[in-house]
Amino acid sequence: MNKLFDLLKRVDIPTLIIFVFLISLFILAAFTKVSIPSLLSDSLKRIGMNGVLVLAMVPTIRSGIGPNFGLPIGIIGGLIGALVSMQLGLVGYFGFWVSVLLAIVLCTAIGILYGWLLERVRGQEMMVGTYMGYSIVAFMSIMWLLLPFSNPDMVWAIGGRGLRYTLTLQDYFGYVLNNFLKFKVGRLEVPTGLLLFFVGACLVVYIFFKTRMGLAIDLTGQNERYAISSGVNTKRARLIAVVLSTIIGGVGIIVYAQSYGFLQLYQAPLFMTFPAVASILIGGASIRRASITNVVVGTIAFQTLLTIALPVLSQVTRGDITEVMRLIVSNGMILYALTRAPKEAN
Amino acid sequence: MEKFKRILVSNAVPIAFLALSISAVLVARIPPLFLVSEIVRRLSRNTFLVLSLLIPIVAGMGLNFGIVLGAMAGQAAMFFVVDWKIKDIPGVIVAMILGSVIATLLGWLAGLVLNRAKGREMITSMILGFFANGVYQLIFLFFIGSIIPFKTRQFLLPEGVGLRNTVDLYGSIASALNKVWIVRIGTVRVFVVPILITVGLCFLIYFLFKTKLGQDIRAVGQDMHIAEVAGIKVNKIRIIAVIMSTVLAAIGQIIYLQDISTINTYNSHEQVGLFSIAALLVGGASTRRASIWNAIIGVLLFHTLFVVAPSAGNKLFGQPQVGEFFREFLAYAVIAFALAMHGWSAKKGKH
Repeated sequence: MNKLFDLLKRVDIPTLIIFVFLISLFILAAFTKVSIPSLLSDSLKRIGMNGVLVLAMVPTIRSGIGPNFGLPIGIIGGLIGALVSMQLGLVGYFGFWVSVLLAIVLCTAIGILYGWLLERVRGQEMMVGTYMGYSIVAFMSIMWLLLPFSNPDMVWAIGGRGLRYTLTLQDYFGYVLNNFLKFKVGRLEVPTGLLLFFVGACLVVYIFFKTRMGLAIDLTGQNERYAISSGVNTKRARLIAVVLSTIIGGVGIIVYAQSYGFLQLYQAPLFMTFPAVASILIGGASIRRASITNVVVGTIAFQTLLTIALPVLSQVTRGDITEVMRLIVSNGMILYALTRAPKEAN
Repeated sequence: MEKFKRILVSNAVPIAFLALSISAVLVARIPPLFLVSEIVRRLSRNTFLVLSLLIPIVAGMGLNFGIVLGAMAGQAAMFFVVDWKIKDIPGVIVAMILGSVIATLLGWLAGLVLNRAKGREMITSMILGFFANGVYQLIFLFFIGSIIPFKTRQFLLPEGVGLRNTVDLYGSIASALNKVWIVRIGTVRVFVVPILITVGLCFLIYFLFKTKLGQDIRAVGQDMHIAEVAGIKVNKIRIIAVIMSTVLAAIGQIIYLQDISTINTYNSHEQVGLFSIAALLVGGASTRRASIWNAIIGVLLFHTLFVVAPSAGNKLFGQPQVGEFFREFLAYAVIAFALAMHGWSAKKGKH
């Protein structure tokens, strides 16, 4: 019992509210005609879909930079990887893994540039990251119109030029992870491959933070002066954290797209950042410390909340209140984290 | 020569934008008279909003992305004025008073939040804007017509709850300020009243910084600790700066919307922060230093490009969309650049 109280004391108030809300939604769902197993399978799918993107927040938070608000930068790298793979006409697992590989290569390059910039604007990383993300998305919107992609599935039917807003992945690598070892228990569907990929990615990051480099990043985030005096090259540590975060972002969007079945271009990458930041915060992270547990707990809580809120609340209220709820919950969570941090730092 | 070089370097952004605007005008072959009338109109409708950013910058709080809150307050007030069927000038005045009251409350709350996030005001005010947008949608999509009374059925969704996507102001307060006094110079129409109000605000801001309060704001902006030691109530001054900015943004949004004449219920306020801030920065302001002239020049340059970018994009690439994305890119990029410079110089200052 005391242990439980200790745990409750350590949990943030907003996180607590969200969990209470989540539980009450489940109770409400039991009284309505909504089928809980199908809700759970949807939740599982969305957890796997978004989890990797949330994971991208860990390296930058641990290195002391704060949540990676420049997530769209990594996403763009991932999108280019996927587009090239589609243009080459690669399908199935091969198409997926080629996309991932290309994304890793591209994001390493972009990440180094982005990390170099962030190093020069220490103290303003969150803001600069946000607007670098916005700028790149707008810039790439022009590029999507002008780049010489020619696959008829990808470009506008009329004119034959410029990429479409959403590209169907059905005939390429859509659902490859979701369908890997998929099984059903009654009406509950488990996308095994997707979840395995998420767990695998978490494991890789977890192991990375046990290596020498990972520990150096950790130390840099906790106490920069101490890190320098212990012989850590803090600039290099932060750079590697940014590159890693960018790569995870790039891979994350490919995982997201294959599960969604569509590749979304133009403005879409902008809407990925804040939910991802909010997820890890809901999981108990702050803008200065984060763990893999925070990622897993946060993604499960936030995505389950969004999945079950729509059918349950639509029976109580009119219209789609979940979109509004998503805005309030995610931004409220980030706001809470931003206003709380100074005390923690002292 | 040295001096000339220094002027060139310190005004790099406006000069670059001037060059870009001129070349875009030349490429697009825009009729000059059309361009002039567009620019004059945009000066009279957007400058007030841009000016609302000045006070928090002087107070050392950076770019106040939270002016979105003020815009929401102004818009909310307009919905009610339309519903109460108060027309023309009285309608605008009632909207401004009601908007200011709501904005004062919101500004006070925003100030409290920002005082808890010193050193991170910009990102916090931006997230605060997004958060407020959620609350705004909750109120105007779900509460209005159910909890909050609203009589004008034609602006409500078919179920009678929630506002429609557009609320048009024709027959109520559309162009209420514009049409009071229109001076025609050839085919160019100049709306005198909004311009007079904006000029009035310029003087108000100028004189504000001559008063004790203005000096206190400046002192807080230069160094919070020294100001605190000197006996200035730093937190209170910062809250006052945010309240003033929010109230001005509310009034600015009303001036803006009476010109546009339709309210996009769920979008009109969203871009206000982005475009006002981009315009101010284009005018040569930074996150720490901004003047009335930066605001005016910024509106002039930014909106010239805004007008001509789509047709320039069309001429160059055969796709008007390219121009549209390009101006969006410029708005974001100029902010990213200013923020990067801010971080850069802050770092240099430290070492």
